[in-house]
Amino acid sequence: MRRFVLIALPYAWLLALFLVPFIIVLKISLSDIKLAIPPYTPTLDFTEGWTGIKAFFSALDFENFTFLTTDDLYWKAYVSSLKIAFIATALTLFVGYPIAYGMANAPDHWRPTLMMLVILPFWTSFLIRVYSWMGILSTEGYLNQFLLGLGLMSEPLTILNTPTAVYIGIVYTYLPFMILPIYSALERMDASLLEAAEDLGCSRLKAFWLITVPLSKTGIIAGCFLVFIPTIGEFVIPSLLGGSRTLMIGKVLWEEFFNNRDWPVAGAVAVVLLLILIVPIVLFQRNEQKQRELEG
Amino acid sequence: MSQTVFEPWNDPQAKPLIQFKNVTKRFGDFTAIDNQTFDIYEKEFFALLGPSGCGKTTMMRMLAGFEAPTEGTILLAGQDIAPIPPNKRAVNMMFQSYALFPHLSIWENIAFGLKRDGKSKDEIAARVAEMLKLTRLERFANRKPHQISGGQRQRVALARSLAKAPKLLLLDEPLGALDAKLRQDTQFELMDIQETTGTTFVIVTHDQEEAMTVASRVAVMDDGKIVQADTPARIYEMPNSVYVADFIGEVTIISGTARRGDGAYEVSFAEGQPTLFAESDTEFANGQECHLAIRPEKVSITAEKPSDRRNALEGSILDIAYLGNLSTYHVELAGGQIVKAQTANTRRLSRRDFTWEDRVWLSWTDTAGILLKG
Repeated sequence: MRRFVLIALPYAWLLALFLVPFIIVLKISLSDIKLAIPPYTPTLDFTEGWTGIKAFFSALDFENFTFLTTDDLYWKAYVSSLKIAFIATALTLFVGYPIAYGMANAPDHWRPTLMMLVILPFWTSFLIRVYSWMGILSTEGYLNQFLLGLGLMSEPLTILNTPTAVYIGIVYTYLPFMILPIYSALERMDASLLEAAEDLGCSRLKAFWLITVPLSKTGIIAGCFLVFIPTIGEFVIPSLLGGSRTLMIGKVLWEEFFNNRDWPVAGAVAVVLLLILIVPIVLFQRNEQKQRELEG
Repeated sequence: MSQTVFEPWNDPQAKPLIQFKNVTKRFGDFTAIDNQTFDIYEKEFFALLGPSGCGKTTMMRMLAGFEAPTEGTILLAGQDIAPIPPNKRAVNMMFQSYALFPHLSIWENIAFGLKRDGKSKDEIAARVAEMLKLTRLERFANRKPHQISGGQRQRVALARSLAKAPKLLLLDEPLGALDAKLRQDTQFELMDIQETTGTTFVIVTHDQEEAMTVASRVAVMDDGKIVQADTPARIYEMPNSVYVADFIGEVTIISGTARRGDGAYEVSFAEGQPTLFAESDTEFANGQECHLAIRPEKVSITAEKPSDRRNALEGSILDIAYLGNLSTYHVELAGGQIVKAQTANTRRLSRRDFTWEDRVWLSWTDTAGILLKG
């Protein structure tokens, strides 16, 4: 009985907070747009009994999914999102790995402080932090004022409302998700492994590639997925920092939903996005499981 | 085949493989190694023995190249090794934690050093196969380190460090993680492998039994200094100080004053106790403070006062440490001095001659004890 409860609890949680909302979204994506509240049809009406339910199901179709293929805005947005997420993940890894490495090799008494510095930004609202980047990156922003003040250039840089600003925003926001898993992998590593590698004829750099990198692989993979998965659907950063030229699926979804009030198409966009995300999520889970098996 | 005694340290012609010359190592204010000069010869099995913090690990890490001496030089085959980084030294180390690469198979672990040398595939395969055979690990070649037992991991670490055929192999507490029974078997295995490969071994350990078993010479260390470096037998029988006598095995130390007698020194140590006699090569002045060290197994325990020995003391049994094959009796003399005596338990326990509180006589010969200055 106790075991049943222990297993049932997480399943109930998933059912209520994941499966049920997903079914609702899926249902909306199969519906048609209508000027009403809610703005789609059909709605399930139990008062008419069995015929009502039958009518409800017969009114559902894949029209909206077909629609997504007719307008190239959608697939372009998906591809663009994947591309941005991919590049942003690589950049975050590039910035995050040295930080994690530095933290793992810092003296013991420094580590809590460094860890705190990584986590500290989370104590401020995400929105406020993205707005501050607007203040830093805009044409009259702090960065340009600083660079112009130094006399390094005569014309201000245009960063805000370009993909560069989106990358800066994403790398900044998701950096802790990259640093923490890599740090925890590096921190667990036995320092004598590197000495052993050196003792057996490796240079320091070679030992890093042959020992440190493979042993932090699970951390790297976990960090990359933790950045990649939410970045694909990212909406706030591209809409605030990327301007109108940055095409990302999260923004398209938002516009369908709020500007066009076309819930069924927005639902279809969301379902396809979820299908795209399932691949990396499954890979991520497998990586986690592999790591647990290695440790177990 | 005549058995020649292996004692290069007594041969003035022998060239040492390793020479420490006035080596000092300081970490900030702390002196880990204090001006040490000593030699290690080829094919030796040299043990650095001491309590934790005595500097034995620092000594080894200087040989491996992970630490550099603050002062003095270390020569390997006549060459100063200070400028040679660890990855270029003909020295390999077996780490206390074994430091096996968890992401590589046993085969790849052993091949790791060979690959770094740029050897051909066939050469590597042949050498790894040889090492696997030497350490009886053939069946485990494709396993990962976490899929084998502690004893097997220990052998992988040994195989990996021997694979490059180093001039010198360093072993940092190699058997520390094994249980007692496995440790004993492994000690003999280590000696066999050392003999087969002809490699010079330097082992760091805090386990005196281990050092005594495997080593050709044992260096007992204390506080950054080698107090005595000699064969296990001489370390045990002829310690040069109270520290060494006390560190190795069980011993009773009786402190008193020496007076030159005929053939032996007379040692008086307590009011109302008879004078003891001890032969000694060390010179003592009349009335000089001295310490008589006696191993418990050299002390006889009898019910009556023995007539054939000059050194005889009476006391009562305070404690009996029963070790199975041996029993150690702790006998308290009238003045409070405790003397240990050991007997082999050749009879069943129920037929034991002595028990707690019994009045007994302890006796030993003039040559049984050793007279030390400090």
